[in-house]
Amino acid sequence: MDYSPEYVIEMLHITKEFPGIKANDDITLQLRRGEIHALLGENGAGKSTLMSVLFGLYQPEQGTIRKDGKEVKITSPNDATALHIGMVHQHFKLIDVFTVLDNIILGAEDTKLGFLSKKKARKKVSELSERYGLKVDLDAKIEDITVGMQQRVEILKMLYRDNEVLIFDEPTAVLTPQEIEELMKIMKGLAAEGKSILFITHKLNEIMAVADRCTVLRKGQCIGTVNTCETNQQELSRMMVGRDVQLVVEKEPAQPGETVLKVENLSVYNKAFRKEAVKDVSFSVRSGEIVCIAGIDGNGQTELIHAITGLEKVSGGKVSIKGTDVTSAPVRKRSAAGMSHIPEDRHKHGLILDNTLEQNMVLQRYYEPRFQKAGFIRFDAVRAYAESLIEQYDVRSGQGPVTVTRSMSGGNQQKAIIARELDRNLPLVVAVQPTRGLDVGAIEYIHGQLVAQRDAGKAVLLVSLELDEVMNLSDRILVMFEGEIVGELDPKNTTVAELGLYMAGAKQQKEVQA
Amino acid sequence: MKKFLQSDGMRTVLASLLSILIGMLAGGVVIFAVGVSTPSLGINTVWDGIRLVVGGLFVTGRDATGALTFGFNPQMMGNMLFRATPLILTGLSVALAYKTGLFNIGAPGQYLAGTAATLFIALSLGTGCVKTEGLVEPFLGNANNFIAGQVGMFPPWLVWTLALIGGMIAGALWGAIPGLFKALLNVNEVLACIMTNWIAANLVTWVFDISNLKNLVENTKIGYVYKTSFNGVATSKMGLDQVFPGSQVNGGILIAILLAVVVYIIMNKTTFGFELKACGSNRFAARYAGIKDKRSIVVSMALAGALAGAAGSLYFLSGNTEFFWSTYQSLPAVGFNGIPVALLAGSNPIGVVFAGMFMSMLDICGLQLTNLTGYNEFITDVIIAVIVYLAAFSLVIKMVLARLGKKRSGKETVK
Repeated sequence: MDYSPEYVIEMLHITKEFPGIKANDDITLQLRRGEIHALLGENGAGKSTLMSVLFGLYQPEQGTIRKDGKEVKITSPNDATALHIGMVHQHFKLIDVFTVLDNIILGAEDTKLGFLSKKKARKKVSELSERYGLKVDLDAKIEDITVGMQQRVEILKMLYRDNEVLIFDEPTAVLTPQEIEELMKIMKGLAAEGKSILFITHKLNEIMAVADRCTVLRKGQCIGTVNTCETNQQELSRMMVGRDVQLVVEKEPAQPGETVLKVENLSVYNKAFRKEAVKDVSFSVRSGEIVCIAGIDGNGQTELIHAITGLEKVSGGKVSIKGTDVTSAPVRKRSAAGMSHIPEDRHKHGLILDNTLEQNMVLQRYYEPRFQKAGFIRFDAVRAYAESLIEQYDVRSGQGPVTVTRSMSGGNQQKAIIARELDRNLPLVVAVQPTRGLDVGAIEYIHGQLVAQRDAGKAVLLVSLELDEVMNLSDRILVMFEGEIVGELDPKNTTVAELGLYMAGAKQQKEVQA
Repeated sequence: MKKFLQSDGMRTVLASLLSILIGMLAGGVVIFAVGVSTPSLGINTVWDGIRLVVGGLFVTGRDATGALTFGFNPQMMGNMLFRATPLILTGLSVALAYKTGLFNIGAPGQYLAGTAATLFIALSLGTGCVKTEGLVEPFLGNANNFIAGQVGMFPPWLVWTLALIGGMIAGALWGAIPGLFKALLNVNEVLACIMTNWIAANLVTWVFDISNLKNLVENTKIGYVYKTSFNGVATSKMGLDQVFPGSQVNGGILIAILLAVVVYIIMNKTTFGFELKACGSNRFAARYAGIKDKRSIVVSMALAGALAGAAGSLYFLSGNTEFFWSTYQSLPAVGFNGIPVALLAGSNPIGVVFAGMFMSMLDICGLQLTNLTGYNEFITDVIIAVIVYLAAFSLVIKMVLARLGKKRSGKETVK
């Protein structure tokens, strides 16, 4: 084997098959020393499979892996660790009740006569955190620190093990815009110190901001590797999806009609934090408009939506849908009054993961006469309805209506929820982070659906943490900060920078007319 | 055929049968080990023992040479069905709760609550059927006391019906208590169930202790309550005594099977069952969909309690079983045995009928083993326990089967 020092990791002609599907088909990925290399692809394009091959979780049918030019066999994650390959998973692998330091050294502890000795470890971790600007409190417990800080712990874990190749699996999915910026800085710093980074994502702007090169996968195949300085977002998305993607939503000006949702002086008390999570909030949403609640995560949006949709009790104020007071009505009464709800957490609230797709499709309407007779479920009607939704909304799954939803990809799970909620054809659509964690193709689709709802005269209340989405989709923006609405903005007459100031609480409108 | 083998239902059945087989093999090993290591038993007894455990239901006795004889034994068959009745019902109780995401370890307490309510109703409502002729003076006095404590005059069938319904309601109320704790205070139902079990055990002992239902007529027995037949109340035989002459079987087994079918229909065919199961799989999604999650939890536990209550109710309404009321030191085993029955059946209500019969068959086999060989009752219990323990491994076996199936189908596609 000839030695090619340019590349630290080379995955050559990797092919990995699963029953009925080629997850990786002759994929070649070469990672240069000290570069940030993005791996871009839709959900199910084969990114995770490829990384699992590199990590020794799967054995490829064909292809070779080289480390520093030498061919290596990676048959288990232990092999990968021995080759100094480390990974920050999308969902962190940390023990909540352990301290930061304990989590970092876990599995690689120094011992003296069988007893833990943390002194050396503490010194090494402090040095690393100093050197790479990863500020953490070593003695804080994981459960007490922010998600951004937890991610820094994961990075420190990799550095503590002297890893040279760092894989980041969709690291920004759980972060706030500020934390994302911080992470980008850290990644650049790591690369400058000679670490090589593989960055899995489907967010184009992040790739443009931080990556040197980008390899695009589509349906298991390698579409190509490009230098980010020679490309643009439009081209990348075309490579990823295989067609031109509308990155900016095209829509006509809104034509608002009558008021559908009216929220007056609403307050919600959060028992866990012993404080008012929502303070005296008033606004309304009219038919034919998309009103977006913007804000940094944790400023009361979740509680506000839970109060509006009936998942949580209000401590004061009034909520009405089309003139019907639903302030303390049960969920089903709100449905009857005209509310459909695309929930924030699709695994917790949106789906019963162990149930089949068809059971989930009728979760909100199984009790309607159409689907039951004298209390007995009409299985043929349920099946027919599920099949029609699957076709109409292009929900892809292994076995159609009888697929267990847990086995479906995130994008298709979300499509199933969207299909279920929008097909009820109700005047109010509450959509909370409907595109979280989805790829551009799915985002485009969902945005299109929401605009179609608006144009059909529905009132749409959208909650989003993505600034692009807020600016793109909404007709009016309400900014929430510490439980209060601090500003109402018109997306046409405002900038992302101004919106950011409101979100950070640096700017407030004295009187908000909602 | 392959599709058939790979279907989930088939896999459950196959897994249950496999785990029974493994249990039987392990039981055989214990029989062998005990047999060869005990001088009084020996290798011939081991062979008898193994045959008894496998086919104890069909043993008719020993012939003149001392060899075991096999054949259809209607008495044993009938007794098997009789003992299966409460097992099927407690099994249904655990299975129903499990389907709705709850672990009902409270079946013993619910069983006791059902038993107590049933006995009180069956013995306290007068039917005019208490036979006093032939009793000598001191016993006659006691019997008169008993009659004096009764209220009204009802036809026996009505008392029987009220007793069964009362038992089920008592079980339901007792089951609803852990349900309420779970729904309102988020107390783990396992904890609450264990506590309510012991509360039931002590409460029932106390209630019977101060009652006038103690059987003082046959004073060779201490601590027993009158059989319900003393008041002329007993489950109809429904013709089963003709089919299985000489056995204890009665219509209770038919009621148990009927209830299994009803539970199956409720859980699989109705919107009500859909709500209960949805709530069990994901309480938050159920709440999001407008299902009253708290109510569902309480209702699930109450239904499970009603089934366990019916188990106690039907067992003692047979008329030939007596209730030993000092239960404060031990819980009825039949309540706990509902757990392996439900596990073995994969929580399928129809499967529970067969699993209950299998458990009851093991019971009979154990009795035969004690009666017909030198194995004593304690080692018999150990052997039966080993079989039950391994039989309840069907979930593990199912997982292994699923993995094997996946591997095989994977290989075929690659080819």
